[in-house]
Amino acid sequence: MTERTDRLSQRARETPPSGIRRFFELAEEMDDIVSLGVGEPDFSAPWAARAAAIDSLERGRTSYTSNRGRRDLRERVASHVRRYDLSYDPDEEILVTTGASEAVDLAMRALVDPGDAVAVPQPSYISYGPTVSFSGGEVVPVETHAENDFVLTYEDLERAGAADAEALVLCYPNNPTGAVMTREELAEVAEFVREHDLFVLSDEIYAALRYEDEHVSIATLPGMRERTVVFNGFSKAYAMTGLRLGYALGPPEVIDAMNRIHQYTMLSSPTTAQFAALEALDSCDGAVEEMRREFDRRRQFVISRFNEIGMDCFEAKGAFYVFPKCPPGWEDDEAFAEALIREERVALVPGRVFGEGGEGHLRVSYASGMSELKTAMDRIESFVTEQKQS
Amino acid sequence: MEAKRELLDLLLSDARQSTEDIARQLGSDAATVEALIDELESEGAIRGYQAVVDWDSADREHVRAEVELNVELDRETGYEEIARRIAKFPEVSSLRLISGSYDFAVDVEGESMHDVSRFVSEQIAPIPEVTQTVTHFVMTTYKERGVYFGDGDDDDRLAVSP
Repeated sequence: MTERTDRLSQRARETPPSGIRRFFELAEEMDDIVSLGVGEPDFSAPWAARAAAIDSLERGRTSYTSNRGRRDLRERVASHVRRYDLSYDPDEEILVTTGASEAVDLAMRALVDPGDAVAVPQPSYISYGPTVSFSGGEVVPVETHAENDFVLTYEDLERAGAADAEALVLCYPNNPTGAVMTREELAEVAEFVREHDLFVLSDEIYAALRYEDEHVSIATLPGMRERTVVFNGFSKAYAMTGLRLGYALGPPEVIDAMNRIHQYTMLSSPTTAQFAALEALDSCDGAVEEMRREFDRRRQFVISRFNEIGMDCFEAKGAFYVFPKCPPGWEDDEAFAEALIREERVALVPGRVFGEGGEGHLRVSYASGMSELKTAMDRIESFVTEQKQS
Repeated sequence: MEAKRELLDLLLSDARQSTEDIARQLGSDAATVEALIDELESEGAIRGYQAVVDWDSADREHVRAEVELNVELDRETGYEEIARRIAKFPEVSSLRLISGSYDFAVDVEGESMHDVSRFVSEQIAPIPEVTQTVTHFVMTTYKERGVYFGDGDDDDRLAVSP
């Protein structure tokens, strides 16, 4: 009998464990950890959405739905995204998925052939690279820069050789940096995309968590709608991570191809979650706004504390992350994060986990209550001060 | 106005945080926050700062009752006057005129049920305009002024997640 690992597919063998795994394990083995490594809101889903999920179960609504998702939900999604100037046909251009992550995976599989290059700006959410690989594609990392507030530019794309790529992944507001892109900045990227005939996979899961001006989707720019798939969902804005519900918006032929893969793998997204999502769209705008305001206060607090401590932190304007630099004297983000968790029991995620451009930085989530944030910041300050003195 | 509202929200959630921390959250500076607090205090919008106490956890006997009060007004005596008279008692921790089947909701606090009963029967009930009192003793407090008294830590999120 051959070794068990030899029986695994090459794809499975070649998929590295997630870079956050090690820090997760370190945090798990310690008591009294204050974790700012959490990529989900600390709020619960709004009660109305939870009640709708319960009601759907009580009524015995536990069957499959249409592969594309309930029609009333697709209609509601279509009207919801009009706030971002996005207009999509619920019958042909919207697909309800099991979290936005499934939507990203489906789009990769629908658009990427073996050997195709996919440009992925970095630092970036940890799943994009692996989903490109699962489709047989190759990642072209496009490094974004701290001195440019991690905004993607025409020059970044050109320098990285993205012109030959089939597709470009975008994620703004961004995990892990909290960066956002303005209409003008996106227009520059759109120009590159049109010139080189790329397709855009735009992950806009944090669209509702933007703290200054309005969210702009690249799909609204001239000539972009027909070459963009937009992803969004209920995990972040509605604090519904565990309900696993997202959606994709795109040209009919792409959505149809994604649905063909979806119908053989997921069949349809969780019915209970679809009822919760319907209610979320109907009545939970107020709850989202309340969470956004609270996140905004915390954001200003942590940015200000990091800068006072001497850990350079640019003004992240979206999502619920900031991405400060390691303090002077620390080049290695992983070593810093490990020392911090061991000495002060504060868990942060090293920036390098998110790819090139993340080195020397740390992802800090402020999706924790103010008292935890204060404790964490006090511990970080004391750690940095002691290190400086020794 | 918006800044004052935000400031009140922050003080409501935790009035003990430093002005520096409040300023950080509002993207402001400590001097501005101090000035706003002064204004809110002098306008009477902020009437005081108190701890939210879970007496079951504190090592002290404490009894609280919510008393429904019905009153009869006459030409000389209005609600204001009755309220002024009741509010002066230190045993009364809050007093509200409310709509519905009775007139005043009075929170009375004391060290024992006997104390509270005696206070209601000897000090409140004899007031000439008071026609009826109904006393409800608080058995257990689960939530007080927005603060839940449960075990607290039910954050079951993963310590590190993508």
